[in-house]
Amino acid sequence: MIMLSVMLLLFAGGSVAWLSQAWHPNYPRWISLFTCLLAALLLMTLFGTNAPEEVLMAGVSTHWIEVVDIAWIPRFGISFLFGMDGLSLLMVSLTVFLGFVAILSSWSEISHNTGFFQFNLMCTLTGVVGVFTSLDLFLFFVFWEVMLIPMYLLIAIWGHENKSYAATKFFLFTQVSSLLMLIAILGLVLANSFVTGIVTFSYFDLLAHSLSGDLAWYLMLGFFVAFVVKLPGFPFHSWLPDAHTQAPTAASVLLAGILLKTGAYGLLRFTIPLFPEASMELAPIAMLLGAVGIVYGALLAFAQTDFKRLVAYSSVSHMGFVLLGIYAWTELTIQGSVLQMVAHGISTAALFMTAGALQQRLHTRDMREMSGLWQEMPRMGAIAMFFIVASLGMPGLGNFVGEFLILMGAFPVNTPLTILAALGLITGAVYALIAMQRVFQGTPVSNRTLVDFDGRELTAMIPMMLGLLWLGLYPQSFLDLVNPVLASLHLVTTGDPTLWIGRMP
Amino acid sequence: MSSAALFALLPLITLSVVILVLMLVIAFNRKLALTCGISVAGCALTLLAIYLIHLQATVVQVTPLLIVDDYALLFSAMIVLVTGLICLISYDYQLCRGEQQDEFYLLLLLSALGGMILAHSNHFASMILGLELLGIALYAMISYPTRGLLSLEAGLKYLILSGVSSAFILFGIALLFAAFGTLSFPEIKVAESTEANRMFILVGSGLILSGIGFKLSLVPFHMWTPDVYQGAPAPTTAFLATASKGAIFAVLMRFFISLDGYQYATIMEGLFWLSLLSILVGNLLALMQTSIKRLLAYSSIAHLGYLLVAFLAASYIGGKALAVEAALFFLLAYFLTTVGAFGVVTLMSQDPNNLDNDDLNNYQGLFWRRPLMAAFFTAMLLSLAGIPLTAGFVGKFYIFAAGVQSELWLLLAAVVVGSGIGLFYYLRIIFTMTKQSEATEEITIPVTGGWALAVVTLSMLALGIYPAPIISWVSNIARGLT
Repeated sequence: MIMLSVMLLLFAGGSVAWLSQAWHPNYPRWISLFTCLLAALLLMTLFGTNAPEEVLMAGVSTHWIEVVDIAWIPRFGISFLFGMDGLSLLMVSLTVFLGFVAILSSWSEISHNTGFFQFNLMCTLTGVVGVFTSLDLFLFFVFWEVMLIPMYLLIAIWGHENKSYAATKFFLFTQVSSLLMLIAILGLVLANSFVTGIVTFSYFDLLAHSLSGDLAWYLMLGFFVAFVVKLPGFPFHSWLPDAHTQAPTAASVLLAGILLKTGAYGLLRFTIPLFPEASMELAPIAMLLGAVGIVYGALLAFAQTDFKRLVAYSSVSHMGFVLLGIYAWTELTIQGSVLQMVAHGISTAALFMTAGALQQRLHTRDMREMSGLWQEMPRMGAIAMFFIVASLGMPGLGNFVGEFLILMGAFPVNTPLTILAALGLITGAVYALIAMQRVFQGTPVSNRTLVDFDGRELTAMIPMMLGLLWLGLYPQSFLDLVNPVLASLHLVTTGDPTLWIGRMP
Repeated sequence: MSSAALFALLPLITLSVVILVLMLVIAFNRKLALTCGISVAGCALTLLAIYLIHLQATVVQVTPLLIVDDYALLFSAMIVLVTGLICLISYDYQLCRGEQQDEFYLLLLLSALGGMILAHSNHFASMILGLELLGIALYAMISYPTRGLLSLEAGLKYLILSGVSSAFILFGIALLFAAFGTLSFPEIKVAESTEANRMFILVGSGLILSGIGFKLSLVPFHMWTPDVYQGAPAPTTAFLATASKGAIFAVLMRFFISLDGYQYATIMEGLFWLSLLSILVGNLLALMQTSIKRLLAYSSIAHLGYLLVAFLAASYIGGKALAVEAALFFLLAYFLTTVGAFGVVTLMSQDPNNLDNDDLNNYQGLFWRRPLMAAFFTAMLLSLAGIPLTAGFVGKFYIFAAGVQSELWLLLAAVVVGSGIGLFYYLRIIFTMTKQSEATEEITIPVTGGWALAVVTLSMLALGIYPAPIISWVSNIARGLT
């Protein structure tokens, strides 16, 4: 029940934060900060426990830390089916951690209606935790949609100059693509009910009978489109730069850090296991989209003058690796994809926070108006340098491990595309270093005093730096957590245990 | 008529008695609080009567004209509930608009009675009776405010077009009578359709469908909708958009299932185009509206298009029960949501010297000036857009489920496109409400209406979050009907 308590806690904390606004505008921030810490403590208790719940998933026995099943709409076999395994636990922990960062990053940026702001922030977190834990497809869809509304409000109310356009575009892209997923879900459920005679939305039951043929192909596309829009994969990425640029810092952190990961998680958890054959047919196309996304995102990032837009396009590039890795579907690539998700979540969140800090101090995101900031703000310069080299894939930091595993694993699967993707590493270095040079090096503009990172900002930045170091130096501790899950997902789809060389569950 | 049959009519009788009492009370003592109180109490009593009859759990045919079954009771309950809510929401609206407002409630209840007759109707004669009772009271309600030209225009427009459509329906009935030799639905159900009378049936039901298409404002019979919605006072619009359309849909569905219209490919094709065009045209025309009432008018056209998807899905053999269930739930959700949305416009229009306050610009900053009001409105708009945790989502889920089962892929694609467009204009309203506004004058929200709206919002959310009890009820009714 701990995962449900986490969800309820986040939502309750948000509501209390909203109400507390009436007494003092500072209360909401503190309350949501403490809520996040409390949620993190609750999650801590789940680490290290051996997964006691055993569930048969398409004939493969899988182990879950927690499974909760409460009837909701029996007429359609819909229930509150939540499950937490290593993968979910990792993603939920990342969510709560970045929630903590987001609250700190918005501390002084948001001055009006702090209560409602924090409420929306916490609701987004609740929704994302729901997405990462729900195993009933209807329930999953509900959370998938519900996390959009608070995010929409965050952008629409507290965003920058062109917020209406960006917020609406964000919502429309996700909503329309997810309606296709709803049709696909219903099609899957009905097709399943024709075979078994039972209408059910449960992930476990639906896995038991895998579909094939044309129907599976079209249904799979419904899921694929929804997740790839969210990821975002080329060519469905065009909402992302707008949404990120216009969002307030905290919303950018959450968007880049965790909302994008829900797309990758969906592919990993639902699309491929539910439609293994159709997915493997699609794999070359999906890998192509991934590889093109890597290079295309990097090239566009290089052309940007807006710091936030640059980071946004670099996300397109990095998430391309995740797409490539997931669809290569080998042991190394899916491990790499999960590590890349976590590493990208942390490094991009930090870069967006830096961008937000710059905008707050300089009132612009235009890199042409920045120069020599290192001399004025050495702490910020050093930290930005750290995250920029992390995101260009410096060995020793998390992103390197992810990208390296993906490239190494994908090479035997599809050599030309892997070579294309590897080019992204070079272009990545180019745009990242150019950004660093433009913003932090050169001669500083005289006659201005800028405040360096203060204690609050360091409190957010230092854990993220440690996290990336940990991920880069000892990735095995993360792999140990997710490996059994990935191995069982792999086995469910391939049916061949010899393809997984590492430890089987 | 046996006493059991008479007892089965208890809801209709209760409402009729309440109307008579109300008329006498108004004649002797003109006091709006009293009138409104009696109307609300009357609605509550009628709901109680409906519940009592529902407990009997028998189907009673009362005279050849009316049938009392769960289907009729569900629609009656929905109509009466909505009527009661409109009475509550419109109290202050009417109070600040002069001394001649009492008869509005009389007309409202009469109209609701017409709707209930339609829901019970099992015969063309009672259908026309209900249709006209509903319509004639509505003409007066639409042009009730005597000050504005707009409402007069709206009333006249509705009167003329409604008359023409009634003529269409009557002519269609005549042709069907020529084909079947009977006006009663059950007899039509068992009557044989031969090659000789096939043409009569096609033309007759085509005429009836176009007449009803007008009343449901389906494209291409939708032209009157925005003007009438905008011109009519907001409470009337709320009634017109919900109870009136729901009642007509109720009789349409009963008639169509009796006729087994699904066997006629021509009719199905016609309905297909009505649905497709309503979804696309309704949503596209709503896109650039700046008047909330006009916007909701176009969005209601689109919603009726969604409803037709479920209606069409019933053509699938074996999927009839699910399709009818989908239509029933969708309508229930639509009723609550639409009453809520027009309720907000009603509550925002407390200035007697002006027409209804439905200009989008006047809602700017509502989030910060009247947070609760804005929250209610946002909930309604999200429900119209079909976002989860609202009743509208479960309704749309049902439409998708019925459509997927019957493999209506083209229509489902239209629903997806329509929902995308719809989201755009609903979000525009929400965005406008979140913008900071310079206006400083206080917005007063009446207490009665505010509470009623809170109840509507909460029940709408409850229906979205825990729909299981209503779903099991609705699915039983659907199985009973088909």
